[in-house]
Amino acid sequence: MPKLKLPSPPGRKAPPKRPGTPEPKRLEVASEKAVGVVDWLDERTALSGGARWMMFRKVPKGTNWFYTLGSATMFAFLSQTVTGIFLAMYYRPDASGGAYESMRYINDEVFLGEFVRGMHKWGSSVMVVLIFLHMARTFFFGAYKYPRELNWVIGVVLLILTMTMAFTGYLLPFDQRSYWATVVGVNINGTGPFVGPYLSDFLRAGPEFSATTLSRFYAIHMLLVPGLLGVLIGAHLYLVARLGTTAPPWQKPAPSTTDQDERA
Amino acid sequence: MPDRRNIKSKYTSDRGMPGAFEGETVTRRRFMTGTAHTAGGIVTAAFLLPSLGFAIGPIFDKIEQPWQDVGPVADFPDDTYIPKTIQIAAAIGEVGKSTVYMRKHNLKIDGKMKDGYDGYIAISTRCMHLGCPVRFTPAAQRFICPCHGGVYDFVGRVDDGPPVRPLDRFYTRVRNGQVQVGPRFSVNQELRRFSPRDPGQALDGIGQYMYPARPSIRKLPNT
Repeated sequence: MPKLKLPSPPGRKAPPKRPGTPEPKRLEVASEKAVGVVDWLDERTALSGGARWMMFRKVPKGTNWFYTLGSATMFAFLSQTVTGIFLAMYYRPDASGGAYESMRYINDEVFLGEFVRGMHKWGSSVMVVLIFLHMARTFFFGAYKYPRELNWVIGVVLLILTMTMAFTGYLLPFDQRSYWATVVGVNINGTGPFVGPYLSDFLRAGPEFSATTLSRFYAIHMLLVPGLLGVLIGAHLYLVARLGTTAPPWQKPAPSTTDQDERA
Repeated sequence: MPDRRNIKSKYTSDRGMPGAFEGETVTRRRFMTGTAHTAGGIVTAAFLLPSLGFAIGPIFDKIEQPWQDVGPVADFPDDTYIPKTIQIAAAIGEVGKSTVYMRKHNLKIDGKMKDGYDGYIAISTRCMHLGCPVRFTPAAQRFICPCHGGVYDFVGRVDDGPPVRPLDRFYTRVRNGQVQVGPRFSVNQELRRFSPRDPGQALDGIGQYMYPARPSIRKLPNT
């Protein structure tokens, strides 16, 4: 891999080639051009420093496969984002029959529709399972302790938002199961004392399940919560990179040199 | 040890600023900063507050529930229920319809009539556990919910299972020989009328204070 170097400032010409130097090979010229593009970007954004800071971190001894559960959850989220965006190209949030019909169309008619819809449907369960495993890993490894408490708090908010996504997405196919599950779910929300009744009215857009309930759930599912999730995942990752990861609890600390000196 | 920080007087006149006057503390820089922040705050509020109001508006918007004909007076026996279909939400097709179990008021079962809205008993099929549809089973003389096993007696009071209060009812009246079903109301275990509550919200004891009535749906005044 050729070494990256900053391009020379504008206005200065490259020195003439010394006689006798061989012509550069085509591959070298091509790679020089690619490096030039990256350099051009980096000179204007200084992104390479951030990328290095994010990706080439020191990790403690004993880091193992359990540490990949967070990334796994994030990739589940990315998969949900991509499949969700493409499902939205066919879906219609129309409570008087259009929603169900558009889901039937996606499932039965669209090329790969059943597959993409299936990825989104099963992927949601996968994401919920992974986020819980990730949380369990953090808990059992004690990785929520100082100085990582804030990251735990952000993680809990991410968990709640993920559950919100699962709840609001469940209504969208608008079949019998969606409808009754949402009725039950909204009523469970309503059993919260004092604020519950108002929260239910907000979710349903009124005292009864009505035509705007579906579009409300659709907007929450598609715009509000994914935006929040994206921002908070960014904050979560920033804190992971800033604070580093913990060693697993069974990892013994390396014996300090002073101890060895004393023993000697 | 003397404080070596360069402490400036808070009065502009002490600092020798051009145009300063007696007792003035706000410098031009502070004034401009404050103005910019205030303008930003006003601009943000100008789009944020209306949008929030737009989103939470339905909480405060009272829904008028119309009276609907459900059949002639002769249709309704006073010793068993017959199902009738009414519309509870507009513009949503079949989803907006709901079944109501109805019978004539029976002095032996219901006692004397409370008022003119009590001539026919209209019981909602919405289970008061979490909102599944209950069904009247004539052989058992009970309302039974398929979801989590809620059981209600003949007048809709809780017999068994998880429901927290009796089945909701609707006001009824007779107009031109037709029985009409009107707004919904909730009842507690003594069948006292309350403004409609959602399923899962108790009305007996402390429940009526823990789950306040909402502005969006009300019982008829003075009933």
